[in-house]
Parts: sequence; C-alpha cells; structure tokens
Amino acid sequence: MNWAIAIFQTVLFVALAPLLASFLKFCKCRLQNRRAPSFLQPYRDLLKLTRKQPVISQDASWLFCVAPYIIFTMMILAATVIPLIAVDMPTSESADVIVLVGFFAFARFFLALAGLDIGTAFGGMGSSREMTISSLAEPAMLMAVFTITMTASNTDLSGAIHHILNEGATLHPSFVFALFALILVAVAETGRIPVDNPTTHLELTMIHEAMILEYSGRHLALIEWASQLKLMLYGVLIANLFFPWGIAQSFTIGALSFALVALVLKLIVLSVFLALAETVVAKMRLFRVQEYLGFAYLLGLLGMLSHIILESTR
Amino acid sequence: MNIETQDFYTQAILSMSALVGLMSFLMLGQGRLPRLILVFAMQGMLLTLTAILAGYELNSPHLYISALLTFALKVVFIPSMLQKQVFAMNIHRDVEALKNNTAVMLSGASLMVFSYYVLQPIIHTSSMIMLNALVVSLSVVLLGLLLMISHRQAVAHVVGFMSIENGLFFAAMVATDGMPMVVELGVAFDVLVAAVLFGIFFFHIRTSIDSLDVDMMNKLHEVER
Repeated sequence: MNWAIAIFQTVLFVALAPLLASFLKFCKCRLQNRRAPSFLQPYRDLLKLTRKQPVISQDASWLFCVAPYIIFTMMILAATVIPLIAVDMPTSESADVIVLVGFFAFARFFLALAGLDIGTAFGGMGSSREMTISSLAEPAMLMAVFTITMTASNTDLSGAIHHILNEGATLHPSFVFALFALILVAVAETGRIPVDNPTTHLELTMIHEAMILEYSGRHLALIEWASQLKLMLYGVLIANLFFPWGIAQSFTIGALSFALVALVLKLIVLSVFLALAETVVAKMRLFRVQEYLGFAYLLGLLGMLSHIILESTR
Repeated sequence: MNIETQDFYTQAILSMSALVGLMSFLMLGQGRLPRLILVFAMQGMLLTLTAILAGYELNSPHLYISALLTFALKVVFIPSMLQKQVFAMNIHRDVEALKNNTAVMLSGASLMVFSYYVLQPIIHTSSMIMLNALVVSLSVVLLGLLLMISHRQAVAHVVGFMSIENGLFFAAMVATDGMPMVVELGVAFDVLVAAVLFGIFFFHIRTSIDSLDVDMMNKLHEVER
C-alpha cells in the first residue's frame, strides 16, 4: 500500500511538471500583456518532439545518446525523495537530503559531459558556465537545507517536515534566511531569469540552452521534461519544507486529496511570485552571478548562525 | 532554552532581530543609492514594528511614542530627504562598483560571529532575548561601520551612520525596556539635526570636489602639486 502511494506520488510529480511550467509561462505572459499559450502546450511540445526522429552528429559518442536518459532518471529518483503530498513514504526514508543534492549533481555532471561531447563551441561554453554556477550554488543549497535539518536534528526530509508540523506555529528566525537562500539557489539552478534566460537562444548569454543546443527529437523531449521536473522539484521542496501545512500524514483518500489541493495552492502562490520577480528583475551579467550566489551562501550561513545563536539549547 | 519553549513575544522579537540583521547585510551589498535608501527605510519600519510589539508586551506606553518618532523620522523623513537629494544631484543612476563585494560580505558575516563571541560572557547572567538582541544590535553597529568603510559615496556613509543608530536603538528598546523618554527625544532630535547637516555638507562637498565620491577628496591640497 505504501509503495503504491509512493509510486503514485512520483508519477504525479512527473506528470504535473509540464503543467507547472506552463502555469509559470501563463503568469509571465499575463504580466507582460501577452496572450498565454494553452496550459497543455508543454505536453503537446513533448509529444511532438517524441514523434520526431533525433538527429545525432556523426562526431557524437555513446555518451551523447545516453545522457538524456540518465538525466531524466536522476530527476525521477530525486522526485521520489521529496515528499509531494504525503510524508513517511518508504522511498523518501531510504534517501535523505544529501542524496537529493547528489542526484542533482549527477544529472548535471552528465549534462555538462553531453555538452562537451559534440565539440561545438557553444556546448563547451555552456558546460563551463553551468559548472561554475553550480559549484557556487551547491554549498549555498546545502547550507540552507542544513539549517532546517539541524532544527529537526534529522537529514531526512520526511523527518524534518514531521518535526515542523508537530512543533506548531513557531517563528524561526533562521528559517527566514534559509528560505531566501533556497529561493536564490533555486532560481540559479533552474536557470530562471536573473541568472539564465530559459526562453532565449541569444548565443552569448545562454547557459542551459547552450548545452542542449545539439539535441533533437526524443532526446530533447527528455531533457526539456527533466528541466521542467527540476523546476517542480525545487518548487515543491521550498513549498513543503517551509510551509508544510496541509501535507498528508496518514494515507487516507481524504487527507491525500486535501494535501493535493494545498500543494496546488502553494505552488500557484510560489509561481506567481517567481513570475513577478522574473518580470521585474533584469538578467545579470555572467560575472555578477558569483556575487549573487555569494549572497545566497551568506544567507545560508546566516541562517545556520542564527539557528546556533538564537535558537539552540544551551 | 529552546526556541520552541519560548513564548510568542520572544519568538517574534527574535525574528525581528534576524530581519534587522538581514537588512544590514542587504545594505552592505547594495551599489545603487535609491535602493540602499529603500532598504534603510525598511530597517526603520522593522524597528517601528519592534517598538510597537515591545510596547504592547511590556505595557510601556511610551514605547508607542518612540515607535511613532521612529516611523516619522527613519521611515518617512530621512529616507525621503536623502532620496530627494540623490535625485537632485542626479546620482540615482550611478552604480557604485563595490571593490571585492564577496570579501566585504564574508567579513560582515565574521563580524556577526565576532559580536557573538564578544558577548559570550554575559550568557549566564541574561535572558535569551536580551543576549540575542544585544548580539544583533552590536553586529548592526559593526556592519554600519563596514558599510561606511566599503562604500565611497558620501550618501552611503550617511546611511551607514544612521543604521549604526538603528542598531543602538534596537538594543535599547528590546534589552532595557526602552530608554527614558527624555533621552529618546534627544537622540531623535540629534538624528534629525544630523540628517539636515549632512544635507548641507553634501552640497559643500559637491561644490568643492565636483563629486560625492569621497576618494576624490584626495585632490584637496593646500598647495598645488
């Protein structure tokens, strides 16, 4: 029974990811006075791409063809770790938050290798930029998440959410810092606006797009889906870790459906905020990204400090 | 003394102190003057809220008056005056290239640790709220100093100076149930006078060195070289 719900939750994760991306696009379009494409457009795009024959360069090695499958699998595995609508899943108990960061790093490693594999100038440039950004973003993310897990004295995400739920309404100063740090990291890692522009193919500014420029057909579909899934993973991580109220603690139909509704509301609020931020903020120069991520790390560090200074037992 | 066991007032004051500290860090990394002044106004707003909260909880109505004073001076008057001067001198579009921003930020974080280390000895003699308020306000003071060192615009120096005063005010309010009313009125009046004087100085600096960048003051020599 538990396993069935765990699998259902992961399937839900994978299936809803394009919908979140299209809702985000909808918000952005409305804010910029444009007409938004239909909510089903990402699904149609994915379907169209899977029907097309992938074109693979003659210089590509086996790595280039395998990478999309590895990346997509890693994202699914990451989706099993993060509680979506219920805690205490058998899958999420087998892996904690450090493993989650490891999954992201694994996927990124193969994406960067695939970008280098073809040997085009853009691929190499994109890979080097991606690795630069992620090497700065990863410590900041760990710092932010550790603040929560230190409060719960448990690196397991389910355990941390349980702890926050059981404790009731407590104001944690450190969570404010950790929340801001995690939002900054999520924006950088999912390639949203101040760091990277997901909708552009302008050569000199792209990061994620530069790496996947050579992909087509079902490979591209898998990579697109994986990046939508990554956005959803970060969104759910922020929503459920900092605002866990509503998540199901028992496996009844009523609790699960209530949790689903709560989750949808939380994600709507989060994506409206993200769309607002993306409309207001301009894209940064690449060399200012290290300042931005340095600030994210600083916030994570302050969160940790204020946990130790302001909150812990002595 | 875990945070879950504290009452709501303590938790709220601790959160406020964390946010006041965060505002100081935001000011430290800000290169644009209008945004710097906005963050300064937000810090003033947080102080106002803290004063109201403390006044309500500690049953001391005079804190409401100091909340009103803080709001009038540090949220409305001084920021709007600085903003007006920045716009009048047409430097609101200048982005100050901060030298080594990351190093400044990290030294800010280490100042916070340092202020905790300095106040370590009073742990056993004070309540949790008092210690943390003192830690945060000491680090706000130090961060204000760091802001004045790291920025070169004279307006940023004034903001740094005012945020030092913010730090002291926060400590006075939370740790000691508010200073006597006379002292508080005097300080508020001093801050007001200081803000006006700074405004006059800006124009003097600008007419003598043609810029508000204090590094340019090196040009001022008695003898031409």
